[in-house]
Amino acid sequence: MSQLIFFILSSLTIVSALGVLFAKNPMYSVLSLIVCFFTVAGHYIMLNAQFLAIVHLIVYAGAIMVLFLFVVMLLNLNAETEPHKTSKLKFAAVIAGGVLFLTIIASLKAGIPVGYHLPAKSNIGLVEIVGQKLFTDFLLPFEVSSILFLSAMIGSVVLAKKEKR
Amino acid sequence: MDYTLLLDKAILVVIIFVVSLGIAAYATYGERKVAAFLQDRIGPDRAGPFGLLQPIADGVKMFLKEEIIPNASDKFLFIIGPCIFMMTSLMTSAVIPWGKSFNIGGHEFNLQVADLNVGILYIFAVVSIGGYGIMIGGWASNNKFALLGALRASSQMISYELSMGMSIIALLLFNNSLNLRDIVDAQQHGQWNVFYQPLGFLIFLICAFAECNRAPFDLPESESELIGGYHTEFSSMKLGLFLFAEYINMFISSAIIASLYFGGYHFPGIDSLDLSQNLAAIVSVGVFFAKIIFFILFFMWVRWTVPRFRYDQLMRLGWVVLIPLSIINVLITGAWMTFVK
Repeated sequence: MSQLIFFILSSLTIVSALGVLFAKNPMYSVLSLIVCFFTVAGHYIMLNAQFLAIVHLIVYAGAIMVLFLFVVMLLNLNAETEPHKTSKLKFAAVIAGGVLFLTIIASLKAGIPVGYHLPAKSNIGLVEIVGQKLFTDFLLPFEVSSILFLSAMIGSVVLAKKEKR
Repeated sequence: MDYTLLLDKAILVVIIFVVSLGIAAYATYGERKVAAFLQDRIGPDRAGPFGLLQPIADGVKMFLKEEIIPNASDKFLFIIGPCIFMMTSLMTSAVIPWGKSFNIGGHEFNLQVADLNVGILYIFAVVSIGGYGIMIGGWASNNKFALLGALRASSQMISYELSMGMSIIALLLFNNSLNLRDIVDAQQHGQWNVFYQPLGFLIFLICAFAECNRAPFDLPESESELIGGYHTEFSSMKLGLFLFAEYINMFISSAIIASLYFGGYHFPGIDSLDLSQNLAAIVSVGVFFAKIIFFILFFMWVRWTVPRFRYDQLMRLGWVVLIPLSIINVLITGAWMTFVK
Protein backbone atom coordinates (compact mmCIF):
# COMPACT_ATOMS: atom_id res chain seq x y z
CA MET A 1 0.00 0.00 0.00
CA SER A 2 2.61 2.56 1.06
CA GLN A 3 4.77 1.36 -1.80
CA LEU A 4 2.01 2.19 -4.26
CA ILE A 5 1.49 5.63 -2.70
CA PHE A 6 5.22 6.24 -2.81
CA PHE A 7 5.41 5.52 -6.51
CA ILE A 8 2.37 7.62 -7.33
CA LEU A 9 3.74 10.53 -5.29
CA SER A 10 7.18 10.24 -6.80
CA SER A 11 5.94 10.17 -10.35
CA LEU A 12 3.72 13.18 -9.61
CA THR A 13 6.69 14.99 -8.13
CA ILE A 14 8.85 14.34 -11.16
CA VAL A 15 6.13 15.22 -13.65
CA SER A 16 5.29 18.48 -11.89
CA ALA A 17 8.99 19.37 -11.55
CA LEU A 18 9.42 18.84 -15.26
CA GLY A 19 6.29 20.89 -15.80
CA VAL A 20 8.01 23.84 -14.10
CA LEU A 21 10.75 23.70 -16.70
CA PHE A 22 8.73 22.98 -19.80
CA ALA A 23 5.60 25.05 -19.32
CA LYS A 24 5.42 27.85 -21.90
CA ASN A 25 3.35 30.10 -19.69
CA PRO A 26 5.13 31.27 -16.51
CA MET A 27 1.80 31.05 -14.68
CA TYR A 28 1.72 27.31 -15.33
CA SER A 29 5.34 27.00 -14.22
CA VAL A 30 4.47 28.56 -10.89
CA LEU A 31 1.41 26.36 -10.50
CA SER A 32 3.31 23.17 -11.25
CA LEU A 33 5.93 24.23 -8.73
CA ILE A 34 3.12 24.47 -6.19
CA VAL A 35 1.95 20.96 -7.11
CA CYS A 36 5.56 19.81 -6.74
CA PHE A 37 5.69 21.26 -3.22
CA PHE A 38 2.48 19.44 -2.37
CA THR A 39 3.86 16.11 -3.46
CA VAL A 40 7.08 16.73 -1.52
CA ALA A 41 4.91 17.41 1.53
CA GLY A 42 3.25 14.08 0.81
CA HIS A 43 6.67 12.44 0.97
CA TYR A 44 7.26 14.06 4.35
CA ILE A 45 4.00 12.58 5.61
CA MET A 46 5.07 9.17 4.31
CA LEU A 47 8.16 9.56 6.52
CA ASN A 48 5.87 10.40 9.47
CA ALA A 49 7.19 13.98 9.54
CA GLN A 50 3.83 15.70 9.81
CA PHE A 51 5.20 18.90 11.26
CA LEU A 52 7.76 19.29 8.50
CA ALA A 53 5.13 18.54 5.88
CA ILE A 54 2.72 21.16 7.15
CA VAL A 55 5.38 23.80 7.69
CA HIS A 56 6.69 23.09 4.22
CA LEU A 57 3.20 23.73 2.85
CA ILE A 58 2.67 26.90 4.89
CA VAL A 59 6.03 28.45 4.11
CA TYR A 60 6.62 27.38 0.52
CA ALA A 61 3.21 26.69 -1.00
CA GLY A 62 1.35 29.20 1.16
CA ALA A 63 3.67 32.17 1.39
CA ILE A 64 6.59 32.13 -1.02
CA MET A 65 4.67 30.87 -4.03
CA VAL A 66 2.00 33.51 -3.47
CA LEU A 67 4.71 36.12 -3.94
CA PHE A 68 5.91 34.34 -7.09
CA LEU A 69 2.36 34.33 -8.38
CA PHE A 70 2.06 38.02 -7.54
CA VAL A 71 5.10 38.87 -9.62
CA VAL A 72 3.93 36.77 -12.56
CA MET A 73 0.44 38.24 -12.41
CA LEU A 74 1.65 41.83 -12.20
CA LEU A 75 4.38 41.64 -14.81
CA ASN A 76 2.06 39.68 -17.11
CA LEU A 77 4.94 37.70 -18.55
CA ASN A 78 4.15 35.93 -21.77
CA ALA A 79 6.07 33.62 -24.01
CA GLU A 80 6.24 36.36 -26.68
CA THR A 81 7.42 39.21 -24.50
CA GLU A 82 9.96 37.18 -22.59
CA PRO A 83 13.49 38.08 -23.73
CA HIS A 84 15.24 35.11 -25.27
CA LYS A 85 18.62 34.21 -23.90
CA THR A 86 21.57 34.06 -26.24
CA SER A 87 22.86 30.62 -27.14
CA LYS A 88 26.11 31.29 -25.25
CA LEU A 89 24.11 31.85 -22.06
CA LYS A 90 22.03 28.74 -22.68
CA PHE A 91 25.20 26.71 -23.16
CA ALA A 92 26.69 28.00 -19.91
CA ALA A 93 23.43 27.30 -18.07
CA VAL A 94 23.34 23.71 -19.30
CA ILE A 95 26.91 23.10 -18.17
CA ALA A 96 26.34 24.71 -14.77
CA GLY A 97 23.13 22.74 -14.25
CA GLY A 98 24.83 19.51 -15.28
CA VAL A 99 27.66 20.08 -12.81
CA LEU A 100 25.16 20.76 -10.04
CA PHE A 101 23.24 17.62 -10.95
CA LEU A 102 26.45 15.60 -10.85
CA THR A 103 27.32 16.97 -7.42
CA ILE A 104 23.90 16.09 -6.06
CA ILE A 105 24.07 12.57 -7.51
CA ALA A 106 27.55 12.08 -6.07
CA SER A 107 26.53 13.24 -2.61
CA LEU A 108 23.36 11.13 -2.66
CA LYS A 109 25.32 8.07 -3.73
CA ALA A 110 27.29 8.17 -0.51
CA GLY A 111 24.19 8.64 1.62
CA ILE A 112 21.99 5.99 3.16
CA PRO A 113 19.21 4.95 0.81
CA VAL A 114 15.88 5.75 2.46
CA GLY A 115 13.06 3.98 0.72
CA TYR A 116 9.36 3.91 1.38
CA HIS A 117 9.82 1.13 3.96
CA LEU A 118 10.81 3.04 7.05
CA PRO A 119 10.97 1.89 10.62
CA ALA A 120 7.40 2.31 11.78
CA LYS A 121 8.31 4.39 14.80
CA SER A 122 10.36 7.11 13.17
CA ASN A 123 9.32 10.25 15.02
CA ILE A 124 11.96 12.52 13.58
CA GLY A 125 9.61 15.06 12.08
CA LEU A 126 7.07 15.42 14.88
CA VAL A 127 6.81 18.83 16.46
CA GLU A 128 8.19 17.93 19.91
CA ILE A 129 11.30 16.27 18.51
CA VAL A 130 12.01 19.08 16.08
CA GLY A 131 11.56 21.68 18.82
CA GLN A 132 13.81 19.88 21.26
CA LYS A 133 16.52 19.39 18.68
CA LEU A 134 16.35 23.02 17.60
CA PHE A 135 16.61 24.37 21.12
CA THR A 136 19.29 22.00 22.43
CA ASP A 137 21.65 20.58 19.82
CA PHE A 138 21.18 23.24 17.18
CA LEU A 139 20.58 26.29 19.34
CA LEU A 140 23.41 28.40 17.93
CA PRO A 141 22.64 27.82 14.22
CA PHE A 142 18.98 28.43 14.97
CA GLU A 143 19.64 31.77 16.66
CA VAL A 144 22.15 32.83 14.05
CA SER A 145 19.72 32.11 11.24
CA SER A 146 17.01 34.06 13.06
CA ILE A 147 19.36 37.05 13.21
CA LEU A 148 19.95 36.58 9.50
CA PHE A 149 16.20 36.72 8.90
CA LEU A 150 15.86 39.81 11.04
CA SER A 151 18.60 41.60 9.16
CA ALA A 152 16.98 40.62 5.86
CA MET A 153 13.68 42.05 7.05
CA ILE A 154 15.26 45.30 8.20
CA GLY A 155 17.18 45.48 4.95
CA SER A 156 14.03 45.19 2.89
CA VAL A 157 12.32 47.89 4.95
CA VAL A 158 15.32 50.19 4.49
CA LEU A 159 15.33 49.58 0.74
CA ALA A 160 11.60 50.23 0.48
CA LYS A 161 11.90 53.48 2.45
CA LYS A 162 14.77 54.72 0.34
CA GLU A 163 12.79 54.47 -2.86
CA LYS A 164 10.06 56.73 -1.55
CA ARG A 165 12.10 59.60 -0.12
CA MET B 1 -5.26 -2.14 7.12
CA ASP B 2 -8.19 -1.48 9.37
CA TYR B 3 -11.21 -1.32 7.10
CA THR B 4 -13.76 -0.47 9.80
CA LEU B 5 -11.71 2.63 10.59
CA LEU B 6 -11.70 3.55 6.92
CA LEU B 7 -15.47 3.03 6.74
CA ASP B 8 -16.01 5.13 9.88
CA LYS B 9 -13.99 7.97 8.42
CA ALA B 10 -15.73 7.72 5.05
CA ILE B 11 -19.15 7.96 6.71
CA LEU B 12 -17.99 10.88 8.81
CA VAL B 13 -16.53 12.69 5.80
CA VAL B 14 -19.82 12.31 3.91
CA ILE B 15 -21.83 13.55 6.90
CA ILE B 16 -19.58 16.57 7.39
CA PHE B 17 -19.67 17.33 3.68
CA VAL B 18 -23.47 17.29 3.61
CA VAL B 19 -23.75 19.26 6.85
CA SER B 20 -21.28 21.90 5.62
CA LEU B 21 -23.20 22.35 2.40
CA GLY B 22 -26.52 22.42 4.25
CA ILE B 23 -25.33 24.98 6.77
CA ALA B 24 -23.76 27.07 4.03
CA ALA B 25 -27.01 26.98 2.05
CA TYR B 26 -29.07 28.05 5.01
CA ALA B 27 -26.45 30.63 5.97
CA THR B 28 -27.28 32.43 2.71
CA TYR B 29 -30.91 32.45 3.77
CA GLY B 30 -29.91 33.46 7.29
CA GLU B 31 -27.77 36.26 5.96
CA ARG B 32 -30.67 37.73 3.99
CA LYS B 33 -33.02 37.39 6.93
CA VAL B 34 -30.53 38.98 9.34
CA ALA B 35 -29.90 41.80 6.87
CA ALA B 36 -33.63 42.29 6.53
CA PHE B 37 -34.07 42.33 10.28
CA LEU B 38 -31.27 44.84 10.80
CA GLN B 39 -32.61 47.08 8.04
CA ASP B 40 -36.21 46.76 9.18
CA ARG B 41 -37.37 44.79 6.15
CA ILE B 42 -39.06 41.40 5.80
CA GLY B 43 -36.51 39.61 3.64
CA PRO B 44 -37.14 36.59 1.42
CA ASP B 45 -40.61 35.16 2.16
CA ARG B 46 -41.91 33.89 -1.20
CA ALA B 47 -40.48 30.38 -1.55
CA GLY B 48 -42.09 28.11 1.00
CA PRO B 49 -43.14 29.05 4.56
CA PHE B 50 -41.03 32.00 5.80
CA GLY B 51 -39.07 31.70 2.56
CA LEU B 52 -37.39 28.56 3.85
CA LEU B 53 -37.04 27.09 0.36
CA GLN B 54 -35.16 30.17 -0.84
CA PRO B 55 -31.69 28.48 -0.84
CA ILE B 56 -33.02 25.71 -3.08
CA ALA B 57 -34.54 28.23 -5.44
CA ASP B 58 -31.26 30.13 -5.51
CA GLY B 59 -29.33 26.95 -6.20
CA VAL B 60 -31.58 25.99 -9.09
CA LYS B 61 -31.26 29.50 -10.46
CA MET B 62 -27.48 29.31 -10.27
CA PHE B 63 -27.41 26.00 -12.11
CA LEU B 64 -29.76 27.10 -14.86
CA LYS B 65 -28.02 30.40 -15.65
CA GLU B 66 -26.04 30.68 -18.82
CA GLU B 67 -22.43 29.74 -18.40
CA ILE B 68 -20.06 32.24 -19.94
CA ILE B 69 -16.34 31.70 -20.27
CA PRO B 70 -14.67 34.84 -21.66
CA ASN B 71 -12.80 34.37 -24.92
CA ALA B 72 -9.67 36.08 -23.67
CA SER B 73 -9.51 34.02 -20.51
CA ASP B 74 -7.26 31.09 -19.72
CA LYS B 75 -9.94 28.43 -19.79
CA PHE B 76 -8.27 25.73 -17.73
CA LEU B 77 -7.35 28.09 -14.91
CA PHE B 78 -10.68 29.86 -15.18
CA ILE B 79 -12.46 26.60 -14.40
CA ILE B 80 -10.02 25.33 -11.82
CA GLY B 81 -9.97 28.56 -9.76
CA PRO B 82 -13.42 28.23 -8.15
CA CYS B 83 -12.84 24.48 -7.75
CA ILE B 84 -9.68 25.06 -5.71
CA PHE B 85 -11.44 27.66 -3.58
CA MET B 86 -14.33 25.33 -2.84
CA MET B 87 -12.08 22.33 -2.22
CA THR B 88 -9.85 24.09 0.27
CA SER B 89 -12.78 25.50 2.18
CA LEU B 90 -14.19 21.97 2.52
CA MET B 91 -10.81 20.47 3.43
CA THR B 92 -10.40 22.54 6.57
CA SER B 93 -13.11 20.64 8.39
CA ALA B 94 -10.99 17.45 8.53
CA VAL B 95 -9.28 18.19 11.83
CA ILE B 96 -12.14 19.74 13.76
CA PRO B 97 -13.41 17.57 16.63
CA TRP B 98 -17.18 17.72 16.28
CA GLY B 99 -18.11 16.08 19.56
CA LYS B 100 -17.44 13.35 22.05
CA SER B 101 -17.14 9.85 20.63
CA PHE B 102 -20.19 7.64 20.14
CA ASN B 103 -20.25 4.01 21.24
CA ILE B 104 -22.40 1.87 18.97
CA GLY B 105 -22.46 -1.78 20.04
CA GLY B 106 -19.02 -1.62 21.64
CA HIS B 107 -17.56 0.10 18.60
CA GLU B 108 -16.04 3.51 19.30
CA PHE B 109 -17.07 6.11 16.73
CA ASN B 110 -14.77 9.11 16.88
CA LEU B 111 -16.25 12.38 15.63
CA GLN B 112 -13.04 13.72 14.13
CA VAL B 113 -11.82 12.79 10.69
CA ALA B 114 -8.10 13.18 11.29
CA ASP B 115 -6.61 13.48 14.76
CA LEU B 116 -3.43 15.18 13.58
CA ASN B 117 -0.90 16.24 16.16
CA VAL B 118 -0.37 19.40 14.09
CA GLY B 119 -4.08 20.13 13.75
CA ILE B 120 -3.98 23.93 13.85
CA LEU B 121 -1.06 24.11 11.48
CA TYR B 122 -2.98 21.94 9.05
CA ILE B 123 -5.80 24.48 9.07
CA PHE B 124 -3.27 27.22 8.44
CA ALA B 125 -1.76 25.39 5.52
CA VAL B 126 -5.14 24.80 3.91
CA VAL B 127 -6.26 28.38 4.49
CA SER B 128 -3.08 29.75 2.96
CA ILE B 129 -3.71 27.61 -0.10
CA GLY B 130 -7.29 28.83 -0.34
CA GLY B 131 -6.00 32.15 -1.60
CA TYR B 132 -4.82 30.45 -4.78
CA GLY B 133 -8.40 29.80 -5.83
CA ILE B 134 -9.12 33.51 -5.81
CA MET B 135 -5.79 34.47 -7.36
CA ILE B 136 -6.01 31.94 -10.17
CA GLY B 137 -9.66 32.69 -10.85
CA GLY B 138 -9.06 36.44 -10.85
CA TRP B 139 -6.00 36.26 -13.06
CA ALA B 140 -7.49 33.80 -15.53
CA SER B 141 -10.51 36.06 -16.12
CA ASN B 142 -8.21 38.48 -17.97
CA ASN B 143 -10.09 41.42 -16.57
CA LYS B 144 -8.40 44.25 -14.73
CA PHE B 145 -11.06 44.47 -12.06
CA ALA B 146 -10.83 40.76 -11.41
CA LEU B 147 -7.05 40.99 -11.25
CA LEU B 148 -7.22 43.88 -8.79
CA GLY B 149 -9.68 41.95 -6.67
CA ALA B 150 -7.46 38.90 -6.70
CA LEU B 151 -4.41 40.95 -5.72
CA ARG B 152 -6.32 42.56 -2.91
CA ALA B 153 -7.58 39.22 -1.67
CA SER B 154 -4.20 37.57 -1.62
CA SER B 155 -2.31 40.47 -0.08
CA GLN B 156 -5.01 40.78 2.54
CA MET B 157 -4.76 37.07 3.30
CA ILE B 158 -0.97 37.16 3.63
CA SER B 159 -1.06 40.21 5.87
CA TYR B 160 -3.66 38.85 8.24
CA GLU B 161 -2.23 35.34 8.32
CA LEU B 162 0.78 36.72 10.16
CA SER B 163 -1.09 38.12 13.12
CA MET B 164 -3.43 35.12 13.10
CA GLY B 165 -0.39 32.87 13.42
CA MET B 166 0.95 34.98 16.27
CA SER B 167 -2.30 34.76 18.18
CA ILE B 168 -2.18 30.99 17.69
CA ILE B 169 1.38 30.90 19.04
CA ALA B 170 0.16 32.49 22.28
CA LEU B 171 -2.57 29.87 22.45
CA LEU B 172 -0.03 27.11 21.94
CA LEU B 173 2.16 28.46 24.70
CA PHE B 174 -0.86 28.34 26.94
CA ASN B 175 -2.18 24.90 25.96
CA ASN B 176 1.08 23.11 25.14
CA SER B 177 -0.43 21.35 22.17
CA LEU B 178 -1.11 21.78 18.47
CA ASN B 179 -3.73 19.08 18.52
CA LEU B 180 -7.24 20.49 18.32
CA ARG B 181 -8.77 17.76 20.44
CA ASP B 182 -6.20 18.36 23.19
CA ILE B 183 -6.93 22.08 23.08
CA VAL B 184 -10.67 21.46 23.30
CA ASP B 185 -10.32 18.95 26.12
CA ALA B 186 -8.12 21.34 28.11
CA GLN B 187 -11.13 23.70 28.30
CA GLN B 188 -13.40 21.04 29.72
CA HIS B 189 -14.58 22.67 32.95
CA GLY B 190 -15.52 26.08 31.69
CA GLN B 191 -11.90 27.23 31.58
CA TRP B 192 -12.39 28.62 28.12
CA ASN B 193 -9.30 30.01 26.47
CA VAL B 194 -11.09 33.28 25.78
CA PHE B 195 -10.80 34.15 29.49
CA TYR B 196 -7.05 33.64 29.46
CA GLN B 197 -6.39 34.95 25.96
CA PRO B 198 -8.82 37.86 25.45
CA LEU B 199 -6.39 39.84 23.31
CA GLY B 200 -5.44 36.78 21.31
CA PHE B 201 -9.10 36.03 20.74
CA LEU B 202 -9.79 39.54 19.51
CA ILE B 203 -6.86 39.38 17.09
CA PHE B 204 -7.90 35.94 15.90
CA LEU B 205 -11.48 37.07 15.36
CA ILE B 206 -10.47 40.11 13.30
CA CYS B 207 -8.10 37.99 11.25
CA ALA B 208 -10.80 35.39 10.71
CA PHE B 209 -13.04 38.10 9.26
CA ALA B 210 -10.24 39.20 6.98
CA GLU B 211 -9.39 35.65 5.90
CA CYS B 212 -13.01 34.96 5.01
CA ASN B 213 -13.14 38.18 2.95
CA ARG B 214 -16.17 39.18 4.97
CA ALA B 215 -17.29 42.73 5.60
CA PRO B 216 -15.79 45.00 6.90
CA PHE B 217 -12.85 43.44 5.04
CA ASP B 218 -14.63 42.48 1.81
CA LEU B 219 -12.44 44.72 -0.35
CA PRO B 220 -11.62 41.98 -2.87
CA GLU B 221 -15.20 42.12 -4.05
CA SER B 222 -16.20 45.65 -3.13
CA GLU B 223 -18.80 46.37 -5.75
CA SER B 224 -18.55 50.15 -5.59
CA GLU B 225 -14.90 50.06 -6.70
CA LEU B 226 -14.31 46.78 -8.52
CA ILE B 227 -17.73 45.73 -9.93
CA GLY B 228 -17.57 42.20 -8.50
CA GLY B 229 -13.89 41.92 -7.69
CA TYR B 230 -12.28 38.60 -8.43
CA HIS B 231 -15.53 36.99 -9.53
CA THR B 232 -16.56 39.70 -11.99
CA GLU B 233 -16.29 37.41 -15.01
CA PHE B 234 -17.75 34.33 -13.41
CA SER B 235 -21.28 33.26 -14.04
CA SER B 236 -23.61 30.39 -13.31
CA MET B 237 -22.43 27.74 -10.87
CA LYS B 238 -18.78 28.85 -10.97
CA LEU B 239 -19.90 32.10 -9.39
CA GLY B 240 -22.06 29.94 -7.13
CA LEU B 241 -18.99 28.01 -5.99
CA PHE B 242 -17.19 31.22 -5.06
CA LEU B 243 -20.15 32.60 -3.14
CA PHE B 244 -20.94 29.28 -1.54
CA ALA B 245 -17.36 28.62 -0.47
CA GLU B 246 -17.41 31.94 1.34
CA TYR B 247 -20.26 30.68 3.50
CA ILE B 248 -18.50 27.39 4.12
CA ASN B 249 -15.41 29.34 5.15
CA MET B 250 -17.57 31.28 7.55
CA PHE B 251 -18.99 28.06 8.99
CA ILE B 252 -15.56 26.49 9.39
CA SER B 253 -13.99 29.57 10.92
CA SER B 254 -16.87 29.78 13.38
CA ALA B 255 -16.17 26.14 14.27
CA ILE B 256 -12.47 26.91 14.73
CA ILE B 257 -13.14 29.98 16.86
CA ALA B 258 -15.57 27.96 18.98
CA SER B 259 -13.14 25.10 19.48
CA LEU B 260 -10.03 27.22 20.06
CA TYR B 261 -11.47 29.84 22.38
CA PHE B 262 -14.92 28.77 23.53
CA GLY B 263 -14.45 25.21 24.70
CA GLY B 264 -15.56 23.44 21.54
CA TYR B 265 -18.11 20.77 22.36
CA HIS B 266 -17.74 21.21 26.13
CA PHE B 267 -19.93 23.33 28.28
CA PRO B 268 -19.68 23.91 32.01
CA GLY B 269 -21.60 21.34 34.02
CA ILE B 270 -21.81 18.61 31.40
CA ASP B 271 -20.27 16.09 33.82
CA SER B 272 -22.79 16.78 36.58
CA LEU B 273 -25.64 15.74 34.27
CA ASP B 274 -24.32 12.17 34.31
CA LEU B 275 -25.48 11.22 30.83
CA SER B 276 -24.81 7.94 29.07
CA GLN B 277 -22.00 8.06 26.55
CA ASN B 278 -24.12 8.29 23.42
CA LEU B 279 -26.45 10.87 24.89
CA ALA B 280 -23.47 12.91 26.06
CA ALA B 281 -22.07 12.72 22.55
CA ILE B 282 -25.33 13.99 21.05
CA VAL B 283 -25.48 16.81 23.59
CA SER B 284 -21.87 17.76 22.92
CA VAL B 285 -22.49 17.93 19.17
CA GLY B 286 -25.55 20.07 19.83
CA VAL B 287 -23.59 22.41 22.07
CA PHE B 288 -20.84 22.73 19.50
CA PHE B 289 -23.31 23.56 16.74
CA ALA B 290 -25.05 26.10 18.96
CA LYS B 291 -21.71 27.86 19.43
CA ILE B 292 -20.98 27.69 15.70
CA ILE B 293 -24.37 29.17 14.81
CA PHE B 294 -23.84 31.93 17.34
CA PHE B 295 -20.60 32.89 15.61
CA ILE B 296 -22.15 32.68 12.16
CA LEU B 297 -24.83 35.11 13.33
CA PHE B 298 -22.07 37.28 14.77
CA PHE B 299 -20.36 37.34 11.38
CA MET B 300 -23.62 38.49 9.80
CA TRP B 301 -24.34 41.02 12.48
CA VAL B 302 -20.94 42.64 11.94
CA ARG B 303 -21.38 42.61 8.17
CA TRP B 304 -24.58 44.57 8.30
CA THR B 305 -23.41 46.96 11.02
CA VAL B 306 -19.85 48.02 10.24
CA PRO B 307 -19.01 49.86 7.02
CA ARG B 308 -16.24 48.66 4.73
CA PHE B 309 -12.66 49.73 5.37
CA ARG B 310 -10.60 51.63 2.85
CA TYR B 311 -7.74 49.58 1.47
CA ASP B 312 -4.96 51.57 3.11
CA GLN B 313 -6.84 51.43 6.42
CA LEU B 314 -7.06 47.66 6.06
CA MET B 315 -3.32 47.35 5.50
CA ARG B 316 -2.51 49.74 8.31
CA LEU B 317 -4.75 47.81 10.68
CA GLY B 318 -3.06 44.57 9.72
CA TRP B 319 0.58 45.60 9.78
CA VAL B 320 0.75 48.51 12.22
CA VAL B 321 -1.88 47.59 14.79
CA LEU B 322 -2.52 43.85 14.82
CA ILE B 323 1.02 42.50 14.36
CA PRO B 324 2.59 44.54 17.20
CA LEU B 325 -0.40 43.69 19.40
CA SER B 326 -0.05 40.00 18.69
CA ILE B 327 3.70 40.10 19.38
CA ILE B 328 2.96 41.78 22.71
CA ASN B 329 0.38 39.09 23.37
CA VAL B 330 2.96 36.36 22.72
CA LEU B 331 5.46 38.08 25.03
CA ILE B 332 2.92 38.48 27.83
CA THR B 333 1.79 34.87 27.51
CA GLY B 334 5.37 33.65 27.50
CA ALA B 335 6.20 35.70 30.59
CA TRP B 336 3.05 34.44 32.32
CA MET B 337 3.85 30.82 31.55
CA THR B 338 7.45 31.21 32.72
CA PHE B 339 7.11 33.27 35.87
CA VAL B 340 3.57 32.89 37.18
CA LYS B 341 2.37 29.45 36.30
